[in-house]
Amino acid sequence: MKSSPAVLLARHIVLVLFAVAFLIPFVGIVLSALRGDSETGGFQLPHTWTLENFAIAWEQGRFSDLMLSSVIVGAIVVPSTLVLATLAGYGLAVLRPMGHSAIMTTFVIGLTLPTELVIIALYYNLDSVGFTNNYMGVALAEIALFLPFSVYWMHTHFSGVPRALIESGRIDGASDWRILRQLMLPISKPALTTLVVLLSIWAWNQFLIVLVLMQSPTRRTAVAGLGYFVGEYGTDIPLLAAASLIVVAPVVVVYLLFQRSFVAGITQGAIKG
Amino acid sequence: MALLSLRAEGRTTKWRPATRSLSPRRYFGAIAFVAPALLIYLAFSIWPAFNTLYYSMLDWDGLNVAEWVGFENYAKVFTEPELFNSILHSLVLVFFFAVLPIAFGLLLAGLLMGSGTRGMSAFRVIYFLPQVIPLVAVGIAWRWLYAENGPLNEFLETIGLGALAAPWLAGTDTALIALGLVGTWGMSGLCMMLFVSGAQKIDSSLYEAAAMDGAGPIRRFVSVTLPGLRGEISIAAVITTIAALSSFDLVYVTTSGGPESATTVPGLLVYRLAFTYERIGHAAALAIVLTVLILIFVSVIRRLTKEKA
Repeated sequence: MKSSPAVLLARHIVLVLFAVAFLIPFVGIVLSALRGDSETGGFQLPHTWTLENFAIAWEQGRFSDLMLSSVIVGAIVVPSTLVLATLAGYGLAVLRPMGHSAIMTTFVIGLTLPTELVIIALYYNLDSVGFTNNYMGVALAEIALFLPFSVYWMHTHFSGVPRALIESGRIDGASDWRILRQLMLPISKPALTTLVVLLSIWAWNQFLIVLVLMQSPTRRTAVAGLGYFVGEYGTDIPLLAAASLIVVAPVVVVYLLFQRSFVAGITQGAIKG
Repeated sequence: MALLSLRAEGRTTKWRPATRSLSPRRYFGAIAFVAPALLIYLAFSIWPAFNTLYYSMLDWDGLNVAEWVGFENYAKVFTEPELFNSILHSLVLVFFFAVLPIAFGLLLAGLLMGSGTRGMSAFRVIYFLPQVIPLVAVGIAWRWLYAENGPLNEFLETIGLGALAAPWLAGTDTALIALGLVGTWGMSGLCMMLFVSGAQKIDSSLYEAAAMDGAGPIRRFVSVTLPGLRGEISIAAVITTIAALSSFDLVYVTTSGGPESATTVPGLLVYRLAFTYERIGHAAALAIVLTVLILIFVSVIRRLTKEKA
């Protein structure tokens, strides 16, 4: 069924219009951030271009502290979740101990539970053991939040591995651990890459958990710091725009570099069940 | 975030491992792979969830001795206008976060129906971009777009509709709608790409057969594309509805619930009641009601979109 040139043109116009709609806020923010002193304006090009807003925002928002916090939290959350989910996904999909199906259901239920359900008690629980205002506390909360999807993702991946491959390992007398390391992991690179990309972006973007569990201004993550920054500089558009771009830049770079993995994660993660 | 499917089991049962014949040693070996993830998940998600359920029956300020009040806090959720309105607001948001984006997604899938379109991978990068950006930053961008002297009103002036210009997020009549449209912006690309890629998997011979039966484009969409996208629609509806009902970041940054509580949502009030007003019991009860609401929506969506056997 070939479409006529007119239909094809109409389709592309619609696609471009939507693309413009998705990009407009970004273009506006970039222009605002680069606008010189005392200028206002929407989408007009700035009369004087400047990078000064970034320097001021970096300084005022203490972004060197905030970015460091984000990196610390991410450096704990991403590898831990990856290892935990790989082990659990392999255990549940391949080894299948008694109760594996009930355990999987428990994880899958977690996909629907809102953060609001756990955050109140999480604060008091962690507070009672001195884990509020603490990177480890935030990291544990985020790991628990991301585990349902991650375990589900790895479970789906390992379920798709041909049974014969595992049996061949068993016949050779390999232990479960060796089968995972030497047979499964080498063929799991795409699934693991996707999970790392998703976890990095989610950990960077997490807001409510950090807002509640991290009171010290210097230990907040970049996104939480940006949330406070809005309160303080609510009307200073160039400054807010520059601060937003500072916070957004790392995720956008990761996304553009790994967009194939990201899209695969979002679409397959959603559809495969 | 939270993309999901609620049926993880059931697809992969071609081979049955000899679960029963696992020796105790192998059984504990297998459980050891699962235990670390399970323990952390139970300790930092499931346990606090049950704690919240317990708190929801208490009159507690977070410091002093708590008093057991049973279901009183739930009565409060449904009778105190501030709390109940937040639930109504979140239902309004479902229309903007879920219904509109799904409609846009179907529109695009219908337009691109049949033969492939060039350059989709470039469009995909842009269409997924709103999913990547932290909502706090998205909120800042839209605050600016909606501002009284911001680009949207400026644009209305330019095209001669200056009379329509308004401080969108500051007006009690417009704030919730303006907020909802940010959600529409954020969720539409996801729905569009899910549906377009889903539609590409539909067997093109179905379209040819329908065309030979004399079905026009609309008929082909309704009887071929729509049923073919059942799974995608279901999942998109679940993801976007959860995002609408449990929204927090966006509201916190754009309106903080104002003006005059016109845009309060359960997530925002849970946070405020618990950590500003020290009304832990009320916050917990609202969180439980929110969770139940989400579970109801999810099961209704799954039931409506379930394939009829």
